Amino acid sequence: MAPLESETKPKPETKPIAKSRPQLPKSPTGIQGLDEITGGGLPQGRPTLICGSAGCGKTLLAMEFIVRGAMQYDEPGVFMAFEENEKDLTQNVASLGFDLNDLIARQMMVLDFVYIERSEIEETGEFDLEGLFIRLGLAIDAIGAKRVVLDTIESLFSGLPNPLILRAELRRLFRWLKDKGVTAIITGERGDETLTRQGLEEYVSDCVIVLDHRVSDQVCSRRLRVVKYRGSTHGTNEYPFLIDEDGFAVLPVTSLGLQHIASTDRIPTGVAQLDAMLGGAGYYRGSSVVVSGTAGTGKSSLAAHFAEAACRRGERALYFAFEESPHQIMRNMRSIGIDLEPWARQGLLRFCANRPSFAGLEMHLTTMHKMIHDFEPQVVILDPLTSFAIGGNETEVKSMLMRLVDMLKTQQITGFFTSLTAAGPVLEHTQVAISSLIDTWLLLRDIEIGGERNRGLYVLKSRGMAHSNQIREFLLTDHGVELREVYVGPGGVLTGSSRLAQEAQEQAVKLTREQEIERRQLELERKRKALEAQIAAMHAEFEAQAAETMKIIEQEQAREALLEQERLDMGRSRKADR
Amino acid sequence: MTTKPTTPSAPETEPAQAESDTFILRLYVAGQTPKSMAAFSNLKTICEDHLAGRYQIEVIDLLENPQLARGDQILAIPTLVRKLPEPVRKIIGDLSNTERVLVGLDLRPRE
Repeated sequence: MAPLESETKPKPETKPIAKSRPQLPKSPTGIQGLDEITGGGLPQGRPTLICGSAGCGKTLLAMEFIVRGAMQYDEPGVFMAFEENEKDLTQNVASLGFDLNDLIARQMMVLDFVYIERSEIEETGEFDLEGLFIRLGLAIDAIGAKRVVLDTIESLFSGLPNPLILRAELRRLFRWLKDKGVTAIITGERGDETLTRQGLEEYVSDCVIVLDHRVSDQVCSRRLRVVKYRGSTHGTNEYPFLIDEDGFAVLPVTSLGLQHIASTDRIPTGVAQLDAMLGGAGYYRGSSVVVSGTAGTGKSSLAAHFAEAACRRGERALYFAFEESPHQIMRNMRSIGIDLEPWARQGLLRFCANRPSFAGLEMHLTTMHKMIHDFEPQVVILDPLTSFAIGGNETEVKSMLMRLVDMLKTQQITGFFTSLTAAGPVLEHTQVAISSLIDTWLLLRDIEIGGERNRGLYVLKSRGMAHSNQIREFLLTDHGVELREVYVGPGGVLTGSSRLAQEAQEQAVKLTREQEIERRQLELERKRKALEAQIAAMHAEFEAQAAETMKIIEQEQAREALLEQERLDMGRSRKADR
Repeated sequence: MTTKPTTPSAPETEPAQAESDTFILRLYVAGQTPKSMAAFSNLKTICEDHLAGRYQIEVIDLLENPQLARGDQILAIPTLVRKLPEPVRKIIGDLSNTERVLVGLDLRPRE
C-alpha cells in the first residue's frame, strides 16, 4: 500500500516516519487504506472502539486486525467472540483466505468464544467479571498476545444482569487492557442516539471508528470515519470502504497531500499530428488527459490510439470500458485500422468492462484500484467516465475521480478519460466538473457547415507545455485518426466537403489565372509579331518608294541630258557661233 | 422438575430420583476476596438447610487454575455452577439472596 507519509500537520503522528517529534506508537492494521487514514494504525497499547450497525463489517475489521497482525507483523492476537462461535467465525473468514486453524496451531492466535445464555443465569448478589479477566489474561499470556479483540462486548449487557456492575467492570477491563499493553479493538453495536447502544464510547476514548452503510439510489456504499483519535492526527472524512474477496479495504478519499512527482517524460498520443499539437511530443507521463465531446466525435478512437501506442512501446495499458464490451471495442477499432487484439493476447492490454450501475462508485473505485495494483499498467483508460454520473451524484463522482486521478499520479500512471458532453453551447464544461483535476484537455466538437457534420479537435488546455491553439479537422480514416489543417481563409473556417469545395475552387481560380497569363503572353507575342510585320511592310514600302524615287530621278536626269543633247544638236544644226 | 422440597429432610418425589440424589456444585472464585468468602459461607448454609447430606461443593480458585474458566464459560465471579442434576445452571453473585439461589438451583419454582 502506498504510505501517505507526507502530512504536514504539526502533531505527533505516523510511526514509521518517526522524526524528531515524539510519535504516538501505532499498531498497523495491515488493512489497505485504514493505516493511511490513521497515520499508521491504531493506537498501540490502547483500546479502540469500532462501532456500527448490524452487518457493517465490525467483526471482519476486528478479525483482519488480528489475522494481519499475526501474519504480517508477527504480533499474536486474541479474538474473544461473544456472538459467534469458533466454528462459524473460522468458516466465515476462510472465504477471505484466512486460515484461523493454522494460526491457532502456530500459537499466533487464540480464538475464544464466550457463551452467555441469560436464561441459564441467576443473579443472587454482588459479582464481578474477574472470570473474564482471568480468561482473557490466560489467553493473552499463553501466546504473548499483542492484540486483543472483544467482539461484541455489549452482549454482556444482554447476557448478564445488573448493568451497573457491568459498566464498572468494563471500565476496569479497559484500564486493565491498557495496563497489559495490548492493542485492543472493542466492537459495539450502534445505538439510536449514541455511537454504541451501551455508551461504550464513554469508556474507550482513545480511538473511535464508526462504520456505516447506507443505500442511495439503490446502491449501497459502506463508509468509515475516524471519530476520534487521541494524540494523533487522522483523516476526518467519511471514507468509503469495501469488503471483497480479499477482505477489508478503505479508500482514502483524497490523499492528504499533493506531493506526487511530476514527470517530464513525454509519451506519444498515438496520433502524430496530435503530438505535434501538444508541443511536438505528446502527453506528460503521469498526467491526466480528458477527451470530451458530444456523442460520436471519436473519443474512444483517440483512447484506442493511445492504448495501442502504449502497447507498441511495450507498456501495459488497462482499459476500463463502461459502455462497450471488449469485443465490441476491438471490432469497432479494427474498422478504423487499430488492431488491439494482438496486444490483448500478448497481455499488454487488459480490458475491464463493467456496467456503471453494477456497483456503487466506491466498489468501482476499489475494483479499479485492485486491477491497477495487480496489473501495474503505465496507461489507464476510462471510457467514458461520464457514465458514472447517474442522478445527482456529481460531487461523489468528482470525489471518486479525484481519488482515482490522485492514485494514478502517485504511481506515475497516465490516465486517459473520455467524457461525453451533451450537445449544447457550453462545451467547455464536462458533465462531471473535473476540469481542475485534468492536465490535458482535448475537446472534440462538431462543426456543422454546409449541411454536413464534421469533427474538429482542439486543445482546450494542456498544463506545462506549449500547445497549438488551432482547431484541426479530425478525420476517422481506415488507418486511424487523422488530423487535417482546417481551411482558414477569407471565407472563414471550413471543414469537410466545404473545405474540399473551397480547395477545388481555389484550384480552379489558380488555373484560370495561369491560363490568363499564358494568353496574355501569347497575345503580346502576337502583337510583337504584328508590329514586326508592320515594320517590315513599311520598310518594304519605303524601299519601294526609294527605288521609284531613284528611278524618277534617273529618268529626270536622263531627260535633262536628252534635252541638253537636243539643245546642242539644235545649236549645231543652226550653226550657232558659240 | 424437582419441586417443593423445602423441608430440610427434602423428600424426593420426582422420577429423577437417582440424579437428583446428589447435587454436584462448583463454586468458582478468584482468590480469597470478601465476595468469594461470603458466597462460600452462604452456599454452605443454603446447602445445609436444603440439601443436607446430598450435595458436594467443589471450590475452584481461578487464580490457581485459570484454564478452568473456559470450560464452564465463567465470566462473573463468584459463579456457582450446578453440574448435577442436569440441566446445568449458573448462579452468579455472592449468593446473599437465598430465595434466588433456591430458584437458581431449581429448589423453588420460578414465578
